[in-house]
Amino acid sequence: MADRLFKSINARGLRGAVKGSEYKKEALISYGILVIGYILLQLGAMTGLIGHNLQGQFVPICVYISLAISLNLVVGISGELSLGHAGFMAVGAFTGIVITRVLENSIEFGPLRLIIAILAAAVMAAIAGFIIGIPILGLRGDYLAIVTLAFGEIVRNIMNVLYFGLDNNGHLKFAFNHTIEGIDTSQRVITGAIGATGVTKLATFTGAAILTAFTLFVVLNLKNSKQGRAIMAIRDNRIAGESIGLDVKKYKLMAFVVSASLAGMAGCMFGQNYSTLAPVKFNFNTSVLILVFVVLGGIGNIWGGMIAAALLTVLPEALRQFADYRMLTYAVVLILVMIGTYNPAIRARITAFVNKIKPKKKDKGKEKTGKEAA
Amino acid sequence: MKKNWTKFLVVALSVMMVFAMTACGGGSGDSGSSEGGDNALHLGGVGPLTGPAALYGNAVNNGAQLAVDEINAANPDGVQLVWDMQDDEHDAEKSVNAYNKLVDDGMQVLVGTVTTAPCTAVAAEAFEDRMFVLTPSASGPAVTEGNDNVFQLCFSDPNQGIASADYIKANYADKTVGVIYNNADNYSTGIYDKFKSEYEADGKKLAAVEAFSDDANADFTAQLNSMKNAGVDLIFLPIYYTPASNIMTQANKMGYAPTYFGVDGMDGILDLEGFDTSLAEGVLLLTPFTPYSDDAKVQDFVKAYEDKFGETPIQFAADAYDCVYAVYDAFGKTGLGTDASSADICEAMIKVFTGGDFTASGLTAETMKWNAEGEVDKTPKVCVIQDGKYVEQ
Repeated sequence: MADRLFKSINARGLRGAVKGSEYKKEALISYGILVIGYILLQLGAMTGLIGHNLQGQFVPICVYISLAISLNLVVGISGELSLGHAGFMAVGAFTGIVITRVLENSIEFGPLRLIIAILAAAVMAAIAGFIIGIPILGLRGDYLAIVTLAFGEIVRNIMNVLYFGLDNNGHLKFAFNHTIEGIDTSQRVITGAIGATGVTKLATFTGAAILTAFTLFVVLNLKNSKQGRAIMAIRDNRIAGESIGLDVKKYKLMAFVVSASLAGMAGCMFGQNYSTLAPVKFNFNTSVLILVFVVLGGIGNIWGGMIAAALLTVLPEALRQFADYRMLTYAVVLILVMIGTYNPAIRARITAFVNKIKPKKKDKGKEKTGKEAA
Repeated sequence: MKKNWTKFLVVALSVMMVFAMTACGGGSGDSGSSEGGDNALHLGGVGPLTGPAALYGNAVNNGAQLAVDEINAANPDGVQLVWDMQDDEHDAEKSVNAYNKLVDDGMQVLVGTVTTAPCTAVAAEAFEDRMFVLTPSASGPAVTEGNDNVFQLCFSDPNQGIASADYIKANYADKTVGVIYNNADNYSTGIYDKFKSEYEADGKKLAAVEAFSDDANADFTAQLNSMKNAGVDLIFLPIYYTPASNIMTQANKMGYAPTYFGVDGMDGILDLEGFDTSLAEGVLLLTPFTPYSDDAKVQDFVKAYEDKFGETPIQFAADAYDCVYAVYDAFGKTGLGTDASSADICEAMIKVFTGGDFTASGLTAETMKWNAEGEVDKTPKVCVIQDGKYVEQ
């Protein structure tokens, strides 16, 4: 036992040494995808090469990428399975809608209102993450997954009975039933399960891309910090982590709350992209969809998740030509990609191919296989 | 730096894939506009062709297709119509995507979207794009609110609630009335609100009111027990047919047999697979269309529809059929050519629809007029289900 522990700590130390260059590479690729993607899409939109259909998905793509990055913090870096990410998204989205509506008359400048709303959404989602995180982070694996799943459902069900409205003085009121005292139905901001209607849309592609960059910045920097290394050490070996004095609960909670807060910001952007938003959007399916992005992109692989999120968001639309068989085709493609990227035989072949076309450098191949095993 | 280049290759390939997909979309868009050259007006439709509300979307698709084929066949030298309907799975986000896809393909007028919540999201986009919208079946007040370019062919929800309450008060004055509605749905709460205020306007009281939401629409035991305990013998169901079928099946198991009164969302219950339609006997519903009407126009439509699609049309098919004719007639009055932009068509169509002297005639009503808010003015009808058929009351 002691021998294994020693080995593990030792391995951690070694890994810390190569961290610097690995971090640079990861950051370069991640920011590269974002910047190149943004420039290409923006150019495509300006020259008219990209039609309404894809342009309309620019903001959702950025939002889903942000969500994939933030969920990767919990699933990949902290090593806990969370099935309630859509719950934090919902908290952020509805906070954002209420805030922008309240400030509509006092702040004329749209982007400023959006920034305030996003900050408020981040705080609210972080509080939600903190409240849910404290009792559950003592749990592990499957149990945590089930509790986060329940959390997502609780948030949605609370939203189903929550009513917000503005009275004649512009003051915000809320209630848990159909009628709010002194408020006309037309003054309602959020109407229970119907959600919000008549939202003034503030989301823009540039805004969403900046948000994605910010999310990336936070997650990558956290991953590369002392705290990030502690989080990963606990993921790899909890006992070893505890034995060298790491506060397991504190670090797990840190990852969870940061992830929740970032999901809330992304949710806020999503809510500001449509004139209507209902709580049913944030059901279990959405949580699983985000998890699929993370798994498909490779758990812990930030830029892999980004690409998976973008492709899987665009895919159902790109398959419209299959008409009735569209969603069937989508499912088949998803299964094929999952099998393709996780089948050891196919992976070995891809690795062999990559090694072949790669400029010859012996140690590179070793590092690759080492990473896969991890 | 050098060792990173393969990773960049992967990234570049992925980005190219995205572009390749877009190019596919763009390609079909080009073919769409080339069709536009031969004197054709491009109508687009958005609705649930898959998912829980698919029956409505498909009915609208079929009904509109039938009208388009008729118009094209009747007048081969005149304005031809091109119909394209896209799936939205009854989801606002996907509905906006579907709408944008149609815009890419050169749509000039939108006949849709079919359901209310997605229509509200699409209406906001259409308002910005200046696209004329005539929805066959999205009945929520939020659809037309603030959008001068959006018109409804169906009754708005408030009007359905008021008409239902008046009818029940006039014909079933001695019944104890209860309501089960879906509080997660604009449509259902919209009707319920007005029904309640109209029904309780002169001192009557609803004996029991129960709600459910989209996520819990399988088990109605609690709601039905509440109805039974309150002595309710007429349940008003301003909901869609799938949960309604569950309510009827479970009430039957409990040995509880009230009278049911539905609105247009109930339409389609007789075509629901796996549902014992004998349970729907005696159900009353407010619907502007019944396929068993003696009206010659309706009979012709039903026959053509059955021949083509092998099923009896529901109200949504008739609504869509009327929509296409209304758009076609109104477009004729604008005097524009089919090469006009969607924005020009939109402005001209708004003038025609709100001009005051434009009336459309169709299967769902002899005369339909529109006000500046986009709401339709026509007479409601109530039917009862007898021997598996709708019979006009």
